[in-house]
Amino acid sequence: MLRRDFLAATGKVGAAGLLLSAFPGRAIAEQELQSAVDASLKKRLADAALGAARSAGATYTDVRVGRYLRQFVITREANVQNIVNTESTGVGIRVIAGGAWGFAATNALTDDAVAAAARQAVAIAKANAKNQSAPVQLAPTPGVGEVSWKTPIVKNSMAVPIKDKVDLLLGVNAAAIGAGANFVNSMLFLVNEQKYFASTDGSYIDQDVHRIWAPMTATVIDKATGKFRSREGLSAPMGMGFEYLDGAPAEKTVTPAGVTTYKRSYDMKEDAIAAAKNARAKLTAPSVKPGKYDLVLDPNHLGLTIHESVGHPLELDRVLGYEANYAGTSFATLDKQKAAYQYGSDKVTIVADKTQPGSLGAVAYDDEGVKTKKWDLIKDGTLVDYQTIRDQAHILGKKESDGCCYADSWSSVQFQRMANVSLQPGKAKMSPAQMIAGVENGIYIIGDGSFSIDQQRYNAQFGGQLFYEIKNGKITQQIEDVAYQMRTPEFWSACAGSCDESDYRLFGSFFDGKGQPSQVSAVSHGSSTTRFNGINVINTARSLG
Amino acid sequence: MALFTEAEARAICAKAVKMSKADECSATLTGSIKGNVRFARNDVSTAGLVEDTDLAVQVAFGKRTGVATINQFDDASIERCVRRAEDLARLAPENAEYMPVLDKQAYRATPTFSAATAALTPEARAQVAAQSIAPCRAAKLVAAGFLEDGQSFYAFANSKGNSGYQRSTGMDYTCTVRTEDGRGSGWVGRNLQDSAAFSADTEIRTAMRKASASVDAKAIEPGKYTVILEPAAAAGLVSFMLNFFDARSADEGRSFLSKKGGGNKLGEQVFGPQVNITSDPWDPQAAVLPWDDDYVPREKMPIVQNGKVMNLDYSRFWAAKQGKKAIGTPGNIIMAGGTKSTADLVRTTQRGILVSRTWYIRMVDPQTVLLTGLTRDGTFYIENGEIKYPIKNLRFNESPVIMLNNIDELGKPVRVAGDESSLTMVLPPMRLRDFTFTSLSDAV
Repeated sequence: MLRRDFLAATGKVGAAGLLLSAFPGRAIAEQELQSAVDASLKKRLADAALGAARSAGATYTDVRVGRYLRQFVITREANVQNIVNTESTGVGIRVIAGGAWGFAATNALTDDAVAAAARQAVAIAKANAKNQSAPVQLAPTPGVGEVSWKTPIVKNSMAVPIKDKVDLLLGVNAAAIGAGANFVNSMLFLVNEQKYFASTDGSYIDQDVHRIWAPMTATVIDKATGKFRSREGLSAPMGMGFEYLDGAPAEKTVTPAGVTTYKRSYDMKEDAIAAAKNARAKLTAPSVKPGKYDLVLDPNHLGLTIHESVGHPLELDRVLGYEANYAGTSFATLDKQKAAYQYGSDKVTIVADKTQPGSLGAVAYDDEGVKTKKWDLIKDGTLVDYQTIRDQAHILGKKESDGCCYADSWSSVQFQRMANVSLQPGKAKMSPAQMIAGVENGIYIIGDGSFSIDQQRYNAQFGGQLFYEIKNGKITQQIEDVAYQMRTPEFWSACAGSCDESDYRLFGSFFDGKGQPSQVSAVSHGSSTTRFNGINVINTARSLG
Repeated sequence: MALFTEAEARAICAKAVKMSKADECSATLTGSIKGNVRFARNDVSTAGLVEDTDLAVQVAFGKRTGVATINQFDDASIERCVRRAEDLARLAPENAEYMPVLDKQAYRATPTFSAATAALTPEARAQVAAQSIAPCRAAKLVAAGFLEDGQSFYAFANSKGNSGYQRSTGMDYTCTVRTEDGRGSGWVGRNLQDSAAFSADTEIRTAMRKASASVDAKAIEPGKYTVILEPAAAAGLVSFMLNFFDARSADEGRSFLSKKGGGNKLGEQVFGPQVNITSDPWDPQAAVLPWDDDYVPREKMPIVQNGKVMNLDYSRFWAAKQGKKAIGTPGNIIMAGGTKSTADLVRTTQRGILVSRTWYIRMVDPQTVLLTGLTRDGTFYIENGEIKYPIKNLRFNESPVIMLNNIDELGKPVRVAGDESSLTMVLPPMRLRDFTFTSLSDAV
């Protein structure tokens, strides 16, 4: 489930303590964001853990020496509310002993502390082995020796001076206020994961992963009526450097509604001005008449629907019941794969891809040392595969893991997380304007709004940022209070087609929560503008009297 | 290293503050040891132990602030941390809303520590998993659950002589039990500070009973129904709404507690007269630290009394600007109720729906706090005081403000945790009129 508390945590910021508790890690000086842990120290610590675990009786061990850097710049109107630089460094050790998993972690970077944690992990595994009905089975993965990989960034966000970041955000805020917003919040979330992985398979993998997100919200109020409305930014979090905020004209798309959306480069100030105007228009926009509509969904909206109704239900751990107690199970049970289950119409081909450039999930190796790849989940509407990690692959009869293992910290145990899951664009040439021209009675939705789906991923409800009524092939007016309700297989069966690849854009989820204790991961979802016929729309306006 | 005694922790904080040359300085030292066990498909899936300790130093030169932290505690390391915070502060832009550190406060200790919880071992956790799994295996049911427990300390000091130290413990157990064919699902959750009061053997029976009883669920028409929300089902809705008790948002006109024409609804009748919600850090059932994240002392205070809003959450900055007193942001909420159990409420219900748990609750419209979400793991139709049959899960679109204006009866409050809230809560089961369900879900 997408975490709702991270942005809420920034709503009332005054103390560093609040943010430090919301974003674990120790605060550090800005200059230190550009440094790295010495490679020889990482290898030495990893070898200390591997040796200690083996001596204590482990049959498999992996070690993650992690340095997780985050920078948050948080502003509202003309005020910088907080700048936080955090670092979290430590070692997480996972072992198999007696056929069961054990895990322990320490923030002390000494051979002795790491060896002690390794022995603790073995002790935990042995305590659990007594009640284990079947031993863990790991799909083989080849040792790759000493290798490294880095997100292909142009500008390291951590190296951009803080003054430039503050000037950018305050400029964005001033532009929104100038365009009629009463309030504006803007932020930068910058992440650099320096991850070193070593295992008894003979791998020593050093990866340097970068991500960026620049959320913004413009709010307008009408004091006389007490009404208020907001419009959030239309950016996507990306697996890119600071170059994402260059606002390159070639990466902009003006939608048929006149709203500009963005591909691999974001013009935050331009979007802030539009957000203020759009929010103002919401105050007087007519309320939707509930009923069945053909929906035309912009990629910046559809990404979240793909995430919830395809990405999550095709995680094999959910299908098998490992997440039954919290995130839930899945309607897409294994028998459905065998029966070539019709997940959607023949227009629906959905791929998982851990290698897609610019995406949040792109890495060369996952957090258990498996080389990443791209594969089909749904092919021409038919369910063909799931997402797996090493201890699940054998259940599907697979010879190898799909490389979907991830931990959000050195102190969290790695487990199966969603790959980038994306809808393939239509093969025939079609623009959003041409798609809308064919819709008689519809709603065009841009941006993600509220979202909720049941624990088996059948019944979902989605809102959005901007809604436009379509009548007889033309956009007639902006409307409000729209949410659509869907049942996953019916929704994807109602897919009437997607625009071509020139319209393809990534949506991103920066804080996707799963697991107990809950961990976050970041993942992208690509699509082109797509049409769904006859979807149930409800009106969400209420009165408190 | 993870847990310092009071004397050790206070000495480290005092040392850091003394080393600072800034106008103001505060030092916070926190540490924790947390253990967990996770099980699914009637087997343990993961188990772990994580420890961490951090010293955070915040300094200010005028309205320019800097924060640095470190996890080494010798004199040289502490000094390095202080200097780093000072370097950062000199480079920082002014924060117009910066508030000076607090003068010395009188914090009264709260009962947040239990020796039994602090003494839990990996074997004890494995035992909880075993006690949850064994009866399920025997009854051809499938258990998936999670236990997390831990102990921690929180110490701080500042350059005006304010300081504090307290230890805490906590444990949270949840377990979902499903039938082997996946047609039935039940759940149980227990959130405690003292593990001595916990028995997995007993708790698991609730989830097992609900799993078996929810097989062959019938579909009913979505619409408005009388519902009984068990405390765990109410927690997600009530805690979500309490996130929006921020005074500043209300004063700025962007909250359900904003008034037409300006100002906020403090003192106004917003909920039904049966609604009484207080916060009390000393409550023995739900004790929390006596200070909030800004070190402002928490107080026992009414939040809603007889349906009237009695307190909004003022940050120190906003309180000073509005001429109000800043009280520590509540860490717990205690909602008053009656004496009846959930079962008693069922017995006096003519027709209605019993909801065991709610799930994936999200804001649809902040103007009215309209929330959407679903029922889960045990939803039953009640007729003439009896549970008649299980029903399919339902999606609701409902505002807790409207819901708390439609109270029929409240039962006996119990301690619960929210899926996504950090609040410790004591809530009653609630029978509510006209709760709005908008669609059916096939999910079990």
